[in-house]
Amino acid sequence: MSRPEHIAPPELFYNDTEAKKYTSNSRIAAIQAEMTLRAVELLSLGDDGPYYLLDIGCGSGLSGEILDEDGHIWAGMDIAPSMLDIAADKDVEGDLFLQDIGQGMGFRPGTFDGAISISVLQWLCNADKKENKPRYRLQRFFSTLFMSLQRGARAIFQFYPENDLQIEMIMGIAMKCGFTGGLVADYPNSKKARKFYLCLFAGQAAPGQKQDLPKGLGSEEADNGIAYTDARIQTQRRGKTSRKSVKDTASWILHKKELSRKRGKEGVPLDSKYTGRKRKPKF
Amino acid sequence: MRLITHNMLKCHVKNCTDPDKQFPLRFKDVQLEQIDAERNDEFLVRMLPRIDWPALSKTTKELDIILPETVPGNPENDEEFLQALHTAILETHIKQGSMLCDGCGHEYKITNGIPNMLLAEHEI
Repeated sequence: MSRPEHIAPPELFYNDTEAKKYTSNSRIAAIQAEMTLRAVELLSLGDDGPYYLLDIGCGSGLSGEILDEDGHIWAGMDIAPSMLDIAADKDVEGDLFLQDIGQGMGFRPGTFDGAISISVLQWLCNADKKENKPRYRLQRFFSTLFMSLQRGARAIFQFYPENDLQIEMIMGIAMKCGFTGGLVADYPNSKKARKFYLCLFAGQAAPGQKQDLPKGLGSEEADNGIAYTDARIQTQRRGKTSRKSVKDTASWILHKKELSRKRGKEGVPLDSKYTGRKRKPKF
Repeated sequence: MRLITHNMLKCHVKNCTDPDKQFPLRFKDVQLEQIDAERNDEFLVRMLPRIDWPALSKTTKELDIILPETVPGNPENDEEFLQALHTAILETHIKQGSMLCDGCGHEYKITNGIPNMLLAEHEI
């Protein structure tokens, strides 16, 4: 399956049909909810009651609903009108904006206590229109986002990086715009369960208060050492060799004795019920 | 869109940087809707320093919403003030209309409560 961002720009890819499919798919909804909860956890907000948050690429409000449940006041933006219409119909409590994040944020300095973004950042790396330059757009996005966050606030991006080069480009530009932080990988060794969260810190809340990068889930397992099961390797016994060869069966013995008698050999033993019978081991 | 977020908005058109003009965005032909919301005093008190009070005052006057001219000295204990603030910024929704930037003249249209912040090519 090719990556969605290679098929069409997001405002065309997420048309009415696709938007409806995306939102009503319970598997996608469950995964988005899980990733939103993890992103909010990585935000490391305090306990002092609801905060003012930004949901970048809020889409049809799957992530916004989680923020509503936690009681946060939030604003969200997305470039696909069909997705935003669904969010509006769902009556999410956040303020929705039809916006292209590559054109920059339009908020006053220090507006938000934190920002989350679920499955969005990879869309920003594509040159969809001729005048789009991904690096310029990323720079515009990160520099305006940095300003719109309170000092010490975090921005958590769950996204699907295409390759290492893309990760390097994104992180390089984010650092140039003043962010610190890094990439947190959950379950890095599982191809299916692996999730990447770009954790960016917008400065420090107080001078000298260094922020630590959170640890990824599933990273405590030893990834050196070979997985080994202590089971004796059984040689495979093929069907034919396990049975007695044709040569020694009773019918074959009788057949050979008959042949010998016909050829005139003398002294061929008489046939009885003991012919070709299995002997005891002591023989 | 609620008034609290409108108070945080500024025009992000390229070269529109005059702070007096790019903020606040002026409303035009708006339709309002009041939707009840749960009040949280801690949140209101925390957001007070972030809110630009002169701008909020100017905007609420334009929309005929009652709000004190200045923030009282002890807002945490002023019940009346907190209730008025809560109703104004968290319960007042702009459903239709547009916002104008006095600096560059860009008009941001609002439909179904969702403002259109997309810029033209020459404004990026």
